[in-house]
Amino acid sequence: MTDAAAGRVLIGHGAETASPLGARHYFRCLEGIVRREWLRFLRQRGRFLSALVRPLVWLGIFAAGFRFTLGVSIIPPYETYVPYEVYVVPGLAAMIQLFNGMQSSLSMVYDREMGSMRVLLTSPLPRWYLLSAKLLAGVAVSILQVYAFLAIARLWEVEAPWYGYVAVLPALLLAGTMLGALGLLLSSTIRQLENFAGVMNFVIFPMFFASSALYPLWRVKEASLWLWYVCALNPFTHAVELIRFALYGRFDPTSAAVVLGCLVVFMALAIWGYDPARGLVARRGGSE
Amino acid sequence: MTSSVEAPGEEHRGHRRRAEPDRSRAASPAPEAEIALEVAGLSHFYGVRRALDDVSFAIRPGGFNVLLGLNGAGKSTLFSLVTRLYAHRSGTIRVFGVPLDRDPAAALSRMGVVFQQPTLDLDLTVEENLRYHAALHGLSRAEVRTRIAAGLERVALSDRRRDRVRALSGGQRRRVEIARALLHEPRLLLLDEPTVGLDVAGRQFLLDHVRGLCREQRIAVLWATHLIDEVGSDARVIVLHHGRVMAHGTVDEVVGATGTPSIRAAFDSLVTPAESGR
Repeated sequence: MTDAAAGRVLIGHGAETASPLGARHYFRCLEGIVRREWLRFLRQRGRFLSALVRPLVWLGIFAAGFRFTLGVSIIPPYETYVPYEVYVVPGLAAMIQLFNGMQSSLSMVYDREMGSMRVLLTSPLPRWYLLSAKLLAGVAVSILQVYAFLAIARLWEVEAPWYGYVAVLPALLLAGTMLGALGLLLSSTIRQLENFAGVMNFVIFPMFFASSALYPLWRVKEASLWLWYVCALNPFTHAVELIRFALYGRFDPTSAAVVLGCLVVFMALAIWGYDPARGLVARRGGSE
Repeated sequence: MTSSVEAPGEEHRGHRRRAEPDRSRAASPAPEAEIALEVAGLSHFYGVRRALDDVSFAIRPGGFNVLLGLNGAGKSTLFSLVTRLYAHRSGTIRVFGVPLDRDPAAALSRMGVVFQQPTLDLDLTVEENLRYHAALHGLSRAEVRTRIAAGLERVALSDRRRDRVRALSGGQRRRVEIARALLHEPRLLLLDEPTVGLDVAGRQFLLDHVRGLCREQRIAVLWATHLIDEVGSDARVIVLHHGRVMAHGTVDEVVGATGTPSIRAAFDSLVTPAESGR
């Protein structure tokens, strides 16, 4: 007996099982994955605190020291000279998302080693959807962290116009998804948890420092042309600029295009990496 | 040596599927549709290393099937392929007639899995863990409430519903994992070395509980282990060694075919010559 309207089917002993292909199933699955990520985040208070403390240390100590040595001239989207704290806040917001993306990557490697990734990957919905849902759940948590940081940054008198706090939401969603997709891709290539230290050294630090997060690119260009090229090609630079422009109600199409392009490439490679037929996890034998 | 193939099952009397979605062979009539899990000609390689070699067997509803093998025999690889963690490149896997490679969603929704490694979120409560699994399988809120209550009662953990998993003992965590695997009411239950790390009482509870599921709910069970003690006299046995099925059938059939006095001696005789021949 099938009840197409309800998207359900009766099997065997009258046992009722939700059709794996119903739209409701997709929605409930996404809801469940986001709820789990949210609960884990709330329960791991250390994670929440470190996510907030890290950028606040940069803002309160690093930026305070730098403001007297580094002047920021008038560059878009700013319409006047800005204190260094104002300049650095969008970069620190992106840093939260970068760390969050890598944290998700770490937790996926951990989950794979510990087995709980198997629970996700052996559920009926397509793997691309499960991975995307997990990615979005992580991004939702990172957006919350960024808003908490932006609220605290007002204590340093870093205040964007009210509409900037609204306009930055889609930018955070796009940038966070791109950085999360990078984390997902890395998690499919990292076999063991121990290798994660390499991610810190070879991915997070270079991406963060070789970007416009801490200093404007024209300053970098004055110092070194090749470093400027590296920074300009760095996807994280474009995530930072996307957020910076959005926070002041402006749209930077170049950054948006680069971030979107990187998102598509990273996500496609990550889905390939987790593909049971072709991906790296299958070739190596996963956690076994 | 293969001692026997499946005996036509008295196990599945009165348990024909009433209906199926229009997916491939799902609507096929008996007897094919009454095979819960059919593995045929399955091989798998990690690089050049052959982990499984032409593995074939079938299990039926209501049967307690023990996949018996030493560590490294290929049990976990077989589980990974049957649960589609990796795709198989040769051979076929069907779950209630549904080819796993062609319709993984339909096949996976019919199976419950308990993995060898613990897979619960320690920082979440028992109920939150179960709700997460229910969401992955698309169950509605009303269904989730009643099924969680019934599932936890079955494994005698109703009073631990709101406790964090971290506070539970190893045996209790395993029981939660079994309740979770059954939440979407699968008719095929796969357990990969589920008693690892449990004390004697915990092991016995688990074995009795799962055997009860076979008897009372006609669930087909594939129970992977390297512990011969876990093979009851009513079980069907699949002996896996170096990736190959050395024997399969009832305990009596395997014992008879090997000309040995017990299943322990039968198992030894099946794996020892291969061991010494390598």
